[in-house]
Amino acid sequence: MTWWPLIKVLPQKTNLHFVKYARYAAVLSIVLCVASIVGCFVPGLNMGIDFRGGASLEVSKPAGQVIELEKVRESVAGLNLGDVGVQGIARLDTNVNDGSTAIVRFQVPEGKDQTTVVNEVEGAITAATGQVTYSGVSVVGSKVSGELFTSGLLALGCAIVLMFAYIWFRFEPQFGFGAVAGLLHDVILTFGLIVVLRLEFSLNMVAAILTVIGYSMNDTVVVFDRLRENLRKYKTMPLRDVIDLSLNETLTRTIITGVTAVLVLAALAVFGGEALRGFSIALMFGIIVGTYSSIYVGAPIILLWGVKRGELNDDAKPIKLGMASRP
Amino acid sequence: MIQLSRWKIVLLALSLVFGLLLAFPNVLSPEQRAKLPGFVPKNALNLGLDLQGGSYLLLEVDVPAMRAKRVDNLAEDVRVTMRDAGVNVNATQREEGGVVITLADPGQTETAYQALRRLVGGANQQGVVERAVTREGNGRLRFAFTQQAMDSMGASAVDQSIEVVRRRIDSLGTKEPSITRQGSNRIVVQAPGESDPAALERVIGQTAQLTFQMVDSENSVQQALAGAVPPDAVLMMDEDGVTPLLIKRRVLVSGEQLTHADVTTDQNGQTAIGFRFDGVGAQRFASATSSENIGKRFAIILDGKVISAPRINSTIPNGSGIIQGRFSIQEASEMVNLLNGGALPAPLKVEERRTVTAELGADAVQKGGISTIIGFIIIVVFMLGAYGFLFGGVSVVGLILNGLLIIAAMSLTQASLTLPGIAGLVLTFAVAVDANVLIYERMRDEARAGRSVIASMDAGFNKAMGTIIDANLTTLVAAAIMFIFGAGPVRGFAWTLTIGVFTSVFSSVLVAQVLLGYWLKVAKPKKLPIADAETVR
Repeated sequence: MTWWPLIKVLPQKTNLHFVKYARYAAVLSIVLCVASIVGCFVPGLNMGIDFRGGASLEVSKPAGQVIELEKVRESVAGLNLGDVGVQGIARLDTNVNDGSTAIVRFQVPEGKDQTTVVNEVEGAITAATGQVTYSGVSVVGSKVSGELFTSGLLALGCAIVLMFAYIWFRFEPQFGFGAVAGLLHDVILTFGLIVVLRLEFSLNMVAAILTVIGYSMNDTVVVFDRLRENLRKYKTMPLRDVIDLSLNETLTRTIITGVTAVLVLAALAVFGGEALRGFSIALMFGIIVGTYSSIYVGAPIILLWGVKRGELNDDAKPIKLGMASRP
Repeated sequence: MIQLSRWKIVLLALSLVFGLLLAFPNVLSPEQRAKLPGFVPKNALNLGLDLQGGSYLLLEVDVPAMRAKRVDNLAEDVRVTMRDAGVNVNATQREEGGVVITLADPGQTETAYQALRRLVGGANQQGVVERAVTREGNGRLRFAFTQQAMDSMGASAVDQSIEVVRRRIDSLGTKEPSITRQGSNRIVVQAPGESDPAALERVIGQTAQLTFQMVDSENSVQQALAGAVPPDAVLMMDEDGVTPLLIKRRVLVSGEQLTHADVTTDQNGQTAIGFRFDGVGAQRFASATSSENIGKRFAIILDGKVISAPRINSTIPNGSGIIQGRFSIQEASEMVNLLNGGALPAPLKVEERRTVTAELGADAVQKGGISTIIGFIIIVVFMLGAYGFLFGGVSVVGLILNGLLIIAAMSLTQASLTLPGIAGLVLTFAVAVDANVLIYERMRDEARAGRSVIASMDAGFNKAMGTIIDANLTTLVAAAIMFIFGAGPVRGFAWTLTIGVFTSVFSSVLVAQVLLGYWLKVAKPKKLPIADAETVR
């Protein structure tokens, strides 16, 4: 009857001992988290203009013509604007990087009028490389960028606190700690990826991380839900076995949902164009890490704290099932 | 739960009908939509600026600058009043939205107080007394704006600015601009479509404060340049930008009295700006150009720059005239628009500007569309592969209804769909099947535990529901935070995600219940098709 292909690949009933390896996973996680945190300071995040102010111009020529990046860099650097970044990107219509499209980023010096500076830069680029079109222009003042940064961090902090409160309220404090540990883990590692790949940290990236938080919690909640249920069902089973059982029971779901999400985001990263690439990559990574953390961070931490099982048993009717004979 | 209850079928049918009805305008062209009869919903998806191209400007009203200027005027009022009352003032200090004066002779306190009392004036239209005078002892008097006046100054400055900006943008012929207030002192301007962002910024950035002031003919410019500027005058450059002029501080007529301005030509055929004053303005203008002033010059000053300083040849009684200057037609017409639009009460600073051309926007739409379709296909293949044509197919039907409902809800609420919003949409599809996966896996668990088909399906729905709600609430919380803290495109993402959470839970659960319930009734299966091979008995 099971003639459709994936059902054979996907595990139907697993009996993996996740908790046994939790110690190694913890070491790995801690090392990666520390590395990520360090990376956020040295070399540091590649802040986009959203958060540090400045301007970014998207410059393009007709297909086939080449924008001499070196000339553009020199001409803009000649204006004494400090940090100037010039980078070739893929063409918008063909998605191919043939050298005809570039992004120019620069700072607007304190006290200078943005519009004047942008006009100067546009003039310098045209002088250096000939007629070009400016398809996208963004300028963010330093005041606004500071506010955006603060509100971005505030949003991340708020999300974590609210998730903790939510889990505390819906489950038990121990679950809350486990969930938040997993959450912090995912957020920190996503920051690590942003640093390693030199992705631009922008408003969109904050949205990506918030989504990772949402997804990671989603995953954790599914595992915790089952864990709570199993704790009621198997009153005498050792906690580590209950955790293993719950992780195994939810494993197929975890895999199917995670793989769908990752595949779809991969499609977005490949076909969604330059603007969404960094965003989708961070999201994809966050989902993989989120799946891992709900298995290896969230649940084992509950083991560290222990659970008061008496309370959980209050309203539960023990159900005798064939599975109680599990090791 | 799995029984085919009538209200669920009705609910499903209704959501399908409303979804189709509300999403339908998206397949029509704008012209076709315009022809639809009134009762038919005709709102299509509202694309954000990053998808349709256009300009976004975040402007800040410089309220402190405006307050400082108002305090300047107040200090000037106090100075003149004290002089007229014959009170000697030793020192004038600025303090908290007003001035504190110290009298040379404390015996004059009462005289000064009474004079200032008259200056306080009555309440304004809102019934707020704007200014207050207080005695502070030792011959000190405070004359200041009330706290209420200071507060309302900022708020009304932003309101006025929005009005002025709207008039100016309308005069540029920009289609469907959106001008909204943000926070306490900011204005967001969104101009979709192909508009010239530079012109937009130029037109908005001008304060357009127009004043007519006399040129000081009694004092020498040379002496002023050497440092002896008379207290009632100020040095400015003439319209050519090099010749210094000494100009009286007193304003004869200001832009507020202007009723109309237009582009015209002077007697030499040069481009000039024609203007007309209201009654009060005309009177003041007439007395300024009266016989005693003939032969003298006055200066026409726009935003602190002399644009023209003509000699008075004759009295102008009717309050209309022309401003000659070296303008191009373009400059003249922009200036006319500024004058007709009115002056901004305070300077506006551009804090943030984002411009996207229409081609770039169209490209983003196309890319977003392609990735959405590819993502959709991946999910369909995956779900059919994992759960077969029946259960997988049910999820796919739920997914299609979900997509329909999202488009319908986005069209109905007219929330902007942004590029990250498309990503939110794609992600929603991926997570939408999660509810089905949770339900199906539960059913398998129950079948594994030895339950009958109906019992395991029933329990699958019942037990998975709590998990589904818990799991989706977390995404909702994240979306809510993005909506509260996020700006621009992030909000679009949050909104799409929020709609997606609701529609996906609704459609995936409801569709599965109705379709699988129908299947149970018709097929009367003996075993669960998605059960594990070894437990199928």
